[in-house]
Formats: sequence, structure tokens, C-alpha cells
Amino acid sequence: MPSTSPSNHAALESLAAARWRIGLGLTAAMTGIYVVFILLIAYGKGFLGTLLAPGLSVGIALGVLVILAAWALILVYVRWANDHYDREVAAIRGGRR
Amino acid sequence: MSGAMGEPNALAMLFFFVFIAASLGITWFAARRTKTTEDFYAAGRSVTAVQNGLALAGDYMSAASFLGIAGLVALSGFDGLIYSIGFLVGWPVVLCLIAEPLRNLGRYTFADVVAFRLQQRPVRVASAFGGLAVIAFYLIAQMVGAGNLIRLLFGLSYEMAVIIVGGVMLAYVLFGGMLATTWVQIVKAVLLMSGAAMLALLVLAQYAFNPLALFADAAAKFGPSVLAPGRLVSDPIDAISLGIALMFGTAGLPHILMRFYTVPDARTARVSVAYATAAIGLFYLFTFILGFGAMVIVGQDAIRAIDAGGNMAAPLLAEAVGGQAFLGFIAAVAFATILAVVAGLTLAGAAALSHDIWVSVVRRGHADGGEQLLVARGATILLALVSILLGIAFKGQNVAYMVGLAFAIAASANFPALLLSMFWKPFTTAGAVASIVVGTASALLLIYFSPTIQIDLLKHTSALVPLRNPGIISIPLSFVVGIVVSLAMPEAEAAAKFAATERQLHLGEEA
Repeated sequence: MPSTSPSNHAALESLAAARWRIGLGLTAAMTGIYVVFILLIAYGKGFLGTLLAPGLSVGIALGVLVILAAWALILVYVRWANDHYDREVAAIRGGRR
Repeated sequence: MSGAMGEPNALAMLFFFVFIAASLGITWFAARRTKTTEDFYAAGRSVTAVQNGLALAGDYMSAASFLGIAGLVALSGFDGLIYSIGFLVGWPVVLCLIAEPLRNLGRYTFADVVAFRLQQRPVRVASAFGGLAVIAFYLIAQMVGAGNLIRLLFGLSYEMAVIIVGGVMLAYVLFGGMLATTWVQIVKAVLLMSGAAMLALLVLAQYAFNPLALFADAAAKFGPSVLAPGRLVSDPIDAISLGIALMFGTAGLPHILMRFYTVPDARTARVSVAYATAAIGLFYLFTFILGFGAMVIVGQDAIRAIDAGGNMAAPLLAEAVGGQAFLGFIAAVAFATILAVVAGLTLAGAAALSHDIWVSVVRRGHADGGEQLLVARGATILLALVSILLGIAFKGQNVAYMVGLAFAIAASANFPALLLSMFWKPFTTAGAVASIVVGTASALLLIYFSPTIQIDLLKHTSALVPLRNPGIISIPLSFVVGIVVSLAMPEAEAAAKFAATERQLHLGEEA
């Protein structure tokens, strides 16, 4: 077991907290978007049936938007992790040696 | 329509044999490189991000996604899209909460992670139980689907189809392990994506490549209601219950979780989820086109005439826009899709039986590599035989609810224990076991007393539980039980190991 300095331990703790916050935040965002979509399906049938253009109902447009939102949330996390998280992990590893 | 459905289709057979020959070639190649347990379960941890992304997509997109959703959209329009979307939204959860920690903490199964700082034997038994329950229901649904589908597509008998699927899948997993299974998934994912894309393009070619013109035509022919929510979601609580089970169930499917061990590190695991979600999302967008395309080009009555559930909508559409050759190709793709999913499930089941139960519980961790491989291969043969028998036993049964049940158990039994073990310090052995057992049992009981079983299958007049989907009760219940039991019976050793767990979770094993 390699020894760890107090500052190293604190850095890991703050990184763990940041990752948890982001992970939970994005999960909550996805859940929220999806639950609102389902509630609209249940209670807003008329609204979702409104045509924005011939062939394009609000429901279909929102359905595509939910898929795009899932992609966007994934992109947000991957960018944060690739840029920030990986650098912090490398710094903590380096600081220990 | 011509009456080609249910007749032996020579071209479909030819495409299918080409796929079988190619995949067995891959298996032969993989078998020569599969020498250790690390090779067998985790493909030597040599899979790249793009490869794993496609393999995840291959493992996830079952025949239910391809044929089932296209059929639902064709018959009920917008309502079918609710499933397309529900199956995608679980992936951000997998990415943000599960994929990287799992890769850093475990070796072969998700039980590795749950048991990381807890007492091995009780947690392994409980986790393997939760995992195998998910796999069993998923396998039955796939095998029964395979039998019905292949009977319709190729004119083979139901039993013959089930035996062929079981036998070919056994060859992949037994000899080629995870490496062969991974490549079968990749080939299948590419075939499925390109088949769906070609089909979508052929449909859109009739509408000047404007999807809105297609949707407008559907509304003109079948009424504007096909573009709006209909009867499928009548009870909002039930709909949310299904939705959260699909969402969190994805993060508890053993064969999906196992894929994260095949990559070299956490970063690759992370990026592979992004590729997987891109592929799966794109595929579900294609299902919009395929469903509405089948609705207007084939027609709802013609689809219902072949199969009341609409499962033949996509193959019928392929025949209508691309002729016999394209029907053959799409039929072979559907067969390949089932084979690949069944192979992934069997490998995950074999890992639970051999790695979790035999090596960790029976032998208490003292089994050499040769013995582990032998037991893993024995478990594979056992599971292949069981899946063939279950497939035949459930012939003619309505198993549509079983995939939903598999997701509900995955979300209620596996996901809470996995999450709490990684992120909640006071979590204990008793808490983990209680959470998994209560999650599995409550999901099973709630389904048993639901209208799906009591009214639809057993023909009783009423059901004890009004919900068709147990998730909204069983998932929170599993979390609450895990937390309350842990707080009531603290485990000093588990809490003491939390700091080391957290370290390895972020920094990986070499830290």
C-alpha cells in the first residue's frame, strides 16, 4: 500500500465529490427530461398531437429532442471527463510518486 | 403482397449461412487466442473504444428493438416511438454512474464490484442470483422470439429454430469466449445498422428523402392520430414505472456490464459508451422511418394478417421496397441479431455461475486458471442446454412481458446494490443481500399479481396489483431496504475499506 500525503487524499476526495455531483446531476437531468416527456404523453395528448408542419407533430419533434438530449448529456460528461477528470487523476497519481 | 412469408426463402438461407460461416470463422480465430480466464471472460482486455461501442450496441439491440418497435410504430404510430426513446435514455446513466467505476473495481462480473469491500460469499451468491434471474427471463424472451421469427422467416419448425440458435451460440461462446462474442456483436451491429439504414433510405427515396412527407402521408392515410399519443399509455403512473425500469435497468444488465471489462482502461470504457449511444440512438431514429414506412407502404392490414403483433412489419417492408433479395438479407440480419444477443447473455450467465458461484463461493477463491476455464465452459454448455429447453417449454406462450420483467429485475436488484456499494460508505453485506433479494422478489411478485399475468394470461377478472410495471415500487423499495438494513447493522470492516475502494474506483488497479 503506497503512502499517501494528506493533500493527495484531499485532492482525491474533492475529485470524487465532483464526479459524483456531475454524474448525479446529469442522471437527474435525463430522468427529469424523460419523466416530463412521459407526463406530456399521459396528460398532454392534444398538445403533442398539434402539427408544427405537415407531418411534424409536437410529439415527434419532442421525441427526437429527447434522443438529442441523451446525446448532448453524454457529450457533456465525456468532454468534462476527458478534459478535467483525467487530468486530475493523472495529477493525483503523479503527486503520490 | 406475395406469399413469401413462412416459405423457405433460398436467399435468406444463403445470407444466413454466409453469416454463420463468417462468425464461425471468427470463432475459430478467437479460439486460438483464448487461453486464460482473462481471455475467456474479458477478451484479454484488448477491445478498443469503437469496437466496444459497436459490441455494446450489438448486445443491446435485440430482435425486440428491430422487429418489435418497427411493428409497434407501424400498427400504432407515435405510441411505438415511446419504446424507442425509453430504450435509449438509460445510456447516460450507464455512462455517468456505472461504466468507469465498474471497469476500475471489477474483473469479470458486476458481483466483483458489489463484493469489493463486503463479505465475498453472501454477496456473490445474492448478486449471481439477481444476475441469473435477469439473464433467464431475457433468454426465454429471446429464444421464444427466435423460434417464432425463424418459423415465419425461413419456414423452419419452431423446435429446429431454437436448437439451431442454441447450438450455434454454444459454438461461439464455448470455443471463442468473449473475443468471439465481441466480434459477433460487432458484425451483427454493423449488419443491423446498415440493413436498417438501407431500408430507411429505400423508403425515403419514395418521399424525396423528406421524412416529414412520409409522416404526412401516414397521417393522410391512417388519420392524424398516428402522429399523436394514443391508447398505449393510458395510466401515467404505469408509464413512468415502465420508463424508470427501462432507464435504470440498462445499468443493471449483466451482459452489458460485463462488456466494460473487455477494454484496457476506464477512459476507453467511457468513450465506448459514447459510441454505443450514438449507434443506438441513430438506430432508433431509423425505427421512426421503418415503422411509418411499413404503415403506408405495406399497410396495417397486411402486417396484421401475417402476425397480429406486427413483428413482421420490417421484413414485409424490405420485401415491398427491395424485393426477395432484400427480404432475404433483412431476415438473415434478424436471425443474426437474436444469435448475438443470446451469446452475450450466455457468456454473462456462465461468468456468474463459474466465477461468482464456483470459484468465489464453492472454492473460496482457490481455483487455478485451468479449473476456472473448465468450469466456465461447463457452465456455458449447461446454460445452452437450459436455454434450448426453456425455449421449447415456453413454445406458444406470450412472453412479451419477459423483457420488461428482465429490465425491472435488473433495475431493482442489480442497480441499487451496485450504486450503493460504490458510492455509499455505510453500505454493508447484510444491506447488499437484503437489497438484491427484496428487489428481485418484489419485482417478481408484483409482476405475478399484475394485470399482465392475472388478467391477460390467467384470464382472472381482476388483479391484486393495478400496475403492469413494478419499477416504481420495487426500485425505491430495494434502495430503502439496502439503506435501512445497513444502518441497523453497521459493518466496521466494510466502512473501513471505503477509502481504498474510492481510491481504486478513480485511479484504477495500478494505483
